[in-house]
Amino acid sequence: MSDKKKKKLTPIQQEYQEFAQAREPKRPIILNCIKAFFVGGLICVIGEGIQMFFVTYFHFSQENAGNPTVAVLIILTVLLTGFGVFDHIAQWAGAGTIIPVTGFANTMASAAIDHQSEGYVLGVGGNMFKLSGPVIVFGVFSAFVVSIVVIFFRALGVM
Amino acid sequence: MLQGHQTWVFDSKPTIIASAAVGGPHEAQGPLADDFDLLHEDFWLGQDSFEKAEKKLQEQACETAVKKANMKKEDVQFLMAGDLMNQTVPSSFAARTLGVPFLGLYGACSTSMEGLALASLLVDSKFAKNVLVCSSSHNAASEKQYRYPTEYGSQKPPTAQWTVTGAGAALVADHGDGPKVTTATIGRVIDMGLTDPFNMGAAMAPAAVDTIESHFRDLNRDPSYYDVIATGDLGRVGHRIAGDLLKKHGLDIPEEIFTDCGILIYRKDQPMVFAGGSGCACAATTTFGHFLNRMRKGEIKKILVIATGALLSPMSYQQKESIPSVAHAVSIEL
Repeated sequence: MSDKKKKKLTPIQQEYQEFAQAREPKRPIILNCIKAFFVGGLICVIGEGIQMFFVTYFHFSQENAGNPTVAVLIILTVLLTGFGVFDHIAQWAGAGTIIPVTGFANTMASAAIDHQSEGYVLGVGGNMFKLSGPVIVFGVFSAFVVSIVVIFFRALGVM
Repeated sequence: MLQGHQTWVFDSKPTIIASAAVGGPHEAQGPLADDFDLLHEDFWLGQDSFEKAEKKLQEQACETAVKKANMKKEDVQFLMAGDLMNQTVPSSFAARTLGVPFLGLYGACSTSMEGLALASLLVDSKFAKNVLVCSSSHNAASEKQYRYPTEYGSQKPPTAQWTVTGAGAALVADHGDGPKVTTATIGRVIDMGLTDPFNMGAAMAPAAVDTIESHFRDLNRDPSYYDVIATGDLGRVGHRIAGDLLKKHGLDIPEEIFTDCGILIYRKDQPMVFAGGSGCACAATTTFGHFLNRMRKGEIKKILVIATGALLSPMSYQQKESIPSVAHAVSIEL
């Protein structure tokens, strides 16, 4: 916890939080990092395999094969989410499954499944981007900022 | 009758003439499975939404309790029920089915003992001959409302708890056979500034400690008076903190009698359970199922249940508010 947050606490609250923290199990951060490294890596290896498959058998160029590869990974994730397996894998793998495209697909599919009971428009449509919305908003915004910077440097003749 | 600052002593000793516990698939795998009247394999209970499934749990718990008392639902004078959902819809909708005069309650996971205390108060003050109390929670419904979608793949920390899917109901009456409700201590809202919703045990432990201390102070009683002293849903993390905090304050409850419903309800190695169970149904099913069954068998005679509740909402959490907590204690004796 940051110091700024701590300043707002009364001395009794601070004392209790230290007392409680000494008795709480900690997240196994190093183990989690190792698992995330290998699972994340494995997903990338699978992705690489799918890409090679598209290049070899469907004569995609190396660059164009990226799109169907991502689509296959998304479909696999959505299926695993729907069958209720993905959250168990993710509990074990942590950031390993959340950081690649699998994590993004899972946020959308899980929200859609949960809100199906509220109907297709307001439920699925309205809530599908509940978790992934910020990624899109800030992703698009940062792309915009980067483009402006590129245009600026081009105008100066740097690039 | 009020004794001390915040404890009610029920002189007429309202009786729990019947009680029922209904659970879901995870509770069926737990060590208390035999104490449930009904266990569901299906998370959905054949309904098309989790919220409707929770309503069904309440209806079944109420109906089973009424049936066990050899009564008809028309004989029930008042119903007091609560749950964790927005506007407590499962309770209100179950009350619609039962069609008895209804008071809705909200005390987060402390609702079960809040209800039992209020029901005993009504019966003791002769404002009712009998009152049915019920509280429920549904794992997926609460995950969906309070945290992330149920199938979302986030990694939970070891302090996280698993919301119990189930409902517990008890019928409190002015006469009859069964365990008696003797006292109730109403808790203050305590906030130690904790903000992590994946560590409710630590947030609620101080509230439990405050209520336990008040209970023994008001009644001038020693913890050894009870055969079992159980907190509601502190889990392994919160229970340890509460025990140590009580020791620090000079109230030493022997480990053999001090337990927690959230620890009892699941096996330690059950997947995704982490620090233990939580939710309105945790204290409700463990008390109205497990503990009352043990009392009826004569294994234990005097129990104190301290149901703990974290009074946060998903919005208060996003607005960076801390988690205030409350705990209510009720003693039940044979």
